[in-house]
Amino acid sequence: MKDMDDQIPRTLPIQSATFTNPINAEIRRAAATGIYDIRGGGAKRKVPHFDDLLFLGASVSRYPLEGYRERCDTSVTLGTRFAKKPIELDIPITIAGMSFGALSGPAKEALGRGASAAGTSTTTGDGGMTPEERGHSSKLVYQYLPSRYGMNPNDLRKADAIEIVVGQGAKPGGGGMLLGQKISDRVAEMRTLPKGIDQRSACRHPDWTGPDDLEIKILELREITDWQVPIYVKVGATRPYYDTALAVKAGADVVVMDGMQGGTAATQDVFIEHVGLPTLSCIRPAVQALQDLGVHREVQLVISGGIRTGADVAKALALGADAVAIGTAALVALGDNDPKWEAEYQKLGTTTGAYDDWHEGQDPAGITTQDPDLAARLNPVEAGRRLRNYLKVMTLEAQTIARACGHNHLHNLEPEDLCALTMEAAAMARVPLAGTSWYPGKEGF
Amino acid sequence: MCGIVGLFLKDQSLAPQLGNMLTDMLITMTDRGPDSAGIAVYGEESGGKTKVTLQSPNPKDDFASLAEELGQHLGAVVSQTDNDTHTVLDVPAGQFEAARAALAEIRPSVRIMSRGEMLEIYKEVGLPKDVAARFDISSLSGTHGIGHTRMATESAVTTMGAHPFNTGPDQCLVHNGSLSNHNSLRRKLRREGVVIQTENDTEVGAAYLTWKMMNGASLGEALESSLEDLDGFFTFVVGTKDGFGVVRDPIACKPAVMAETDQYVAFGSEYRALVNLPGIEDARVWEPEPATVYFWSHNDSPTTTEKAA
Amino acid sequence: MQTYDLEANGLRGLNATLQSQSTETNQTSWEVVNPKGSHAIAVGLDAPIEVTVKGSTGYYCAGMNQQATVKVEGSVGPGVAENMMSGQVIVDGDASQYAGATGHGGLLVIKGNASSRCGISMKGIDIVVHGNIGHMSAFMAQAGNLVVCGDAGDALGDSLYEARLFVRGSVKSLGADCVEKEMRPEHLEILKDLLDRAGADASPEEFKRYGSARQLYNFDVDNAAAY
Repeated sequence: MKDMDDQIPRTLPIQSATFTNPINAEIRRAAATGIYDIRGGGAKRKVPHFDDLLFLGASVSRYPLEGYRERCDTSVTLGTRFAKKPIELDIPITIAGMSFGALSGPAKEALGRGASAAGTSTTTGDGGMTPEERGHSSKLVYQYLPSRYGMNPNDLRKADAIEIVVGQGAKPGGGGMLLGQKISDRVAEMRTLPKGIDQRSACRHPDWTGPDDLEIKILELREITDWQVPIYVKVGATRPYYDTALAVKAGADVVVMDGMQGGTAATQDVFIEHVGLPTLSCIRPAVQALQDLGVHREVQLVISGGIRTGADVAKALALGADAVAIGTAALVALGDNDPKWEAEYQKLGTTTGAYDDWHEGQDPAGITTQDPDLAARLNPVEAGRRLRNYLKVMTLEAQTIARACGHNHLHNLEPEDLCALTMEAAAMARVPLAGTSWYPGKEGF
Repeated sequence: MCGIVGLFLKDQSLAPQLGNMLTDMLITMTDRGPDSAGIAVYGEESGGKTKVTLQSPNPKDDFASLAEELGQHLGAVVSQTDNDTHTVLDVPAGQFEAARAALAEIRPSVRIMSRGEMLEIYKEVGLPKDVAARFDISSLSGTHGIGHTRMATESAVTTMGAHPFNTGPDQCLVHNGSLSNHNSLRRKLRREGVVIQTENDTEVGAAYLTWKMMNGASLGEALESSLEDLDGFFTFVVGTKDGFGVVRDPIACKPAVMAETDQYVAFGSEYRALVNLPGIEDARVWEPEPATVYFWSHNDSPTTTEKAA
Repeated sequence: MQTYDLEANGLRGLNATLQSQSTETNQTSWEVVNPKGSHAIAVGLDAPIEVTVKGSTGYYCAGMNQQATVKVEGSVGPGVAENMMSGQVIVDGDASQYAGATGHGGLLVIKGNASSRCGISMKGIDIVVHGNIGHMSAFMAQAGNLVVCGDAGDALGDSLYEARLFVRGSVKSLGADCVEKEMRPEHLEILKDLLDRAGADASPEEFKRYGSARQLYNFDVDNAAAY
């Protein structure tokens, strides 16, 4: 019998596609700690994205512009609707809101330096405006958040624009208790919180709810700032058509729409991965709302969430956005998740490219930390230069594409310059599947 | 998301000014709701007849000799008072369902805005001042009324999506807020046979109250149970033949202000809406508590369906 | 005394005029007539001037105030003195929800009642309410003092940080992590000073003090129900 057993073929162990090793590990972690996983970064799951779109360059039916020679403008003005002083940017790529607290002082300085050198704006975050940040940013957008940490009228008046944050792509509808995000001394002081405690934050603004109230809040902010600066309304993408329309009705100058791949802020992993829309899918409905209200290009649309390359920029603009904002990509340009820190990532139980516990303050790259020794690793001048270079490259890439499509301004890119590689992308972006004139949902087929 | 106003007269000498006062209140709430506006007025009782307010996108054709044709169908005398896109028909009591059926046949494009012995509802897309002007709301006389200015959240900006919603004979409702379980509730109510015409969350709130009352609840009881069964944010103002009621959800972050004098009880989403009412300086002004039903009635001994709770 | 007719001359002119008063102004006394429940009256002031509003206001009266004294001879809508930094705001009548929301400093006095969410997320402001306050007041209040001479509604001080709450009357219910605390001499002193400055006829000894139990400051799964 024993000899027979050796001859029977064995069933190979099969890993469950449902109970995968990462899932099982997460079950064990939850069972051990009693707390959900919290992390930074946007959705890591694969979702339809700009990579699923291609541009239709000019050939015979259309004529391209000569690269580097024939003009292809990149400027954009945000806040032309009501503000006395709209923001004029050289490039349609802005830096998204990331707080001092989440980021170190040198990192905020580097963002300001890089963005200013590239002719674009930076944005504060949850925790107020620091002098370093204001000093190094030629154009600074001041976020107005539910927490109102560090909010004061003097800083409000120093801002070049005000961004009322209703939601973020990583956690639309979220707030709650961001457990595990410890507050350092300086951050605690700026936020009027006890040091060393977990960060808790509200999901709604403390003194208004809904678009009818928002209209009055916008009025108040305009009265306080003498109607000088633009007022943006930022939402996490979930119901982009309605939310855009209501922001417009409430009186916004600019709508910022953040897709689910966006987010440097810490929140529950389950929230990041399971709430919100892919960035690709929220642009057309938002633009449709602006068009239906007759304010497309009068109220500008800024898209964020997973923008990485000049191609992404060009695609977002072609779908109707006026500008984009980058967060994670800017951190990477500064030096976040750099392979040179691999040994230290390993010590933290992670690896280059996967490090996302930005809220824990142990960032080897010295960017998402308040530890003075770690923060000292980032040279703000050099990091600022890297960011400027990256912004310039993205702009050149977008121009290259726009010229190839025959456009003398990035804003002249249009959906008809695009086709889609997948059915999903075709449906979400409402551009035809490559080689056809059809996309899912299009009438007449 | 919207502006709400309501006015309940205790002193009937103000009745001729009801429309005027409500119009002023409504226009003040324009910022809260520029998309559409509507008003429900409880006017003269029509002598045992049922008033049916109709709306048509094509009033010229639809309203021509309408009373005559409908009268022939019903075998009764029907009168008709046109007002822009709306017309009010007086049909014999007890013949509303027959009239509804006949109208579906002879005028398929007209929509029923309201029915009741006293209630008339006028609503259209547009700025409140324009809507009020086209129906000459300020000339209307009545005992009480409610009005609404709408900033549409998720459903279409149409006449049918405008408030107030008529929920049953002489009943109507306006809403500020956003319900989060209206889709499930709509499916349930439709299965129960309740007619719901739009995808609007407020209409579901209104239909819910009607359904509760059809099953024997008083208005007060229906409002009480709405606190359990409706999810989301709401301030409701409801009108009945004899009175009006107010209820806010337990979170109560949508605004609501009330004022009471010897002459009236008034409701506004903002105090601004109330500032031109007579004697407002000396009125008792307060905010309704969360999850609490308020009700005022002209009837000294209200019936069970009128009584609050 | 300068008089400004809001109905005749508009909001923009009012705020622009009041905001342009420098700290050295000699026009220190202003009167606003016909407020008629308008929003954003006397917002963003930053000078030691005195503004009296003759009537009731809408949302955000005296929002983000610095240095100025704003008196309202009437009631105020939602968010009076929201995010106030310094100065004083005195309301003769009642206040709607969110009174003194996120305020960092200064003194807000409400002589009537305040509605829900009074002192929500307050960050150092002192608020004295002569009457009652509504539900969810001092939600996530971080710093400062909230004094209530009357009663408090449901869920007082939910998710409270380091703000001090003093209530003379009843408290319908305490919110998560809010507890009654010992009234020590230093608290009586703070309270006495606030009552004096607010012109409230009440004795500090009649109040109870409430504060954070600090159980939610660092997560413990056994407290999960409180989240």
